[in-house]
Amino acid sequence: MEKAEQLNAEELNPKLKKRNFWSGLLFGIGLMAFIDEVIFHQLLQWHHFYDLATPQIGIFADGLLNSFAWFAAIGGLFMFADLRRWHAVRMRYWIASVLIGAGAFQLFDGIIDHKVLRTHQVRYGVELLPYDLSWNLFGAALLIAGLVLAKSSKEGRSA
Amino acid sequence: MIHHYLGPMDPWFQLTAALLLAWALMFYPMLAIWTNERYKKWPVQRYLFWYAGVIAAGSALVGPLADAAHTSFSAHMTGHLLLGMLAPLLLLHGKPLTLLMRGLPTKAARRLSRLMNSRFIAVVSHPVSTAVLNFGGLFILYRTDLFLWMHQSTWLYALVHIHVLLAGYVFTWSILYTDLTAHRHSFRLRVVVLIAALASHKVLAKSLYAMPPAGVTTGDGEMGALIMYYGGDAVDMAIIIFFCYSWYKATAPGRIARGV
Repeated sequence: MEKAEQLNAEELNPKLKKRNFWSGLLFGIGLMAFIDEVIFHQLLQWHHFYDLATPQIGIFADGLLNSFAWFAAIGGLFMFADLRRWHAVRMRYWIASVLIGAGAFQLFDGIIDHKVLRTHQVRYGVELLPYDLSWNLFGAALLIAGLVLAKSSKEGRSA
Repeated sequence: MIHHYLGPMDPWFQLTAALLLAWALMFYPMLAIWTNERYKKWPVQRYLFWYAGVIAAGSALVGPLADAAHTSFSAHMTGHLLLGMLAPLLLLHGKPLTLLMRGLPTKAARRLSRLMNSRFIAVVSHPVSTAVLNFGGLFILYRTDLFLWMHQSTWLYALVHIHVLLAGYVFTWSILYTDLTAHRHSFRLRVVVLIAALASHKVLAKSLYAMPPAGVTTGDGEMGALIMYYGGDAVDMAIIIFFCYSWYKATAPGRIARGV
């Protein structure tokens, strides 16, 4: 029954298949931004709100990124609710997309924000290299896990 | 501490503001109850939204917070959040224009609807215009000497506060369409404008953190900027949820033709 409805919905609207990916990706980006805010800004207070060394362009990019991530977290969840309503959720693929979004955000934050735009550093008053390395490796691991899971979810479906 | 300028708040400003607020509290239910005779019963939650909105705006204009805003930037920023972000969102959900249309005689209602459909309103109510009006106004207020002058002239003070409330209201309206809306734009356009607008709010908050307006001490300025940033986040979250929910309703199965 569920399956029949699922096929039907996807035939009716082929956009729904892709929406699994976009929903997961957006939610992953928003989730990672939220985790970053709660753990590193508020709890550990390693990141600075503004360290006065950030160039103007960094402030603009950071504002845009955070505003987008805030929207992505909520929009991604509403898209997930939409998929459920259509009986078109592909759970494994969705989770894979969340991991891809989270990993990509972490890497983007670690490389572009921290190093290129210098919005802020992972921590202050310490040797940065191990922090930067583990930050980016963690992001890469999430991204790779997401890609592997996405591939396996596709194979599982066609088999 | 902001420099001493006016001493205590101008009593005429407080009196006028209090009267306007009292009118808003009085005429809204009068009109709703009066029109209930001819139309569907006006829903209870709209009264609640309207009252909460008037109280949010009121607490920024008169009373202890408004007084404190004259000497403390953090208090000023709290008031700004209430007046420019929270009150508009709440008032909009009271659907005052729908109520007014219900109450006006046919001829006047037609005239109002012709005005709403006019080219002028189409341009002014475009999301890009309302965003520029709202956030551009904030940049002018905080990044020029207007903030200082505002505290030296009651007229300027009143004008700025009316602008903050109205610009916030029109912006929220142009994004959410909760009340009657004549000129509609796609979800996509509104998402882009909303993200850009919220980003500019964050950028301004950080710029105030680094460089508070003239006459504001560093500690007070930093606190005010944090209130602006994180308080803004909280109201933004509500706006985004309302926005996404309207998308969710518009694209419901069986209603696809009307979505996006």
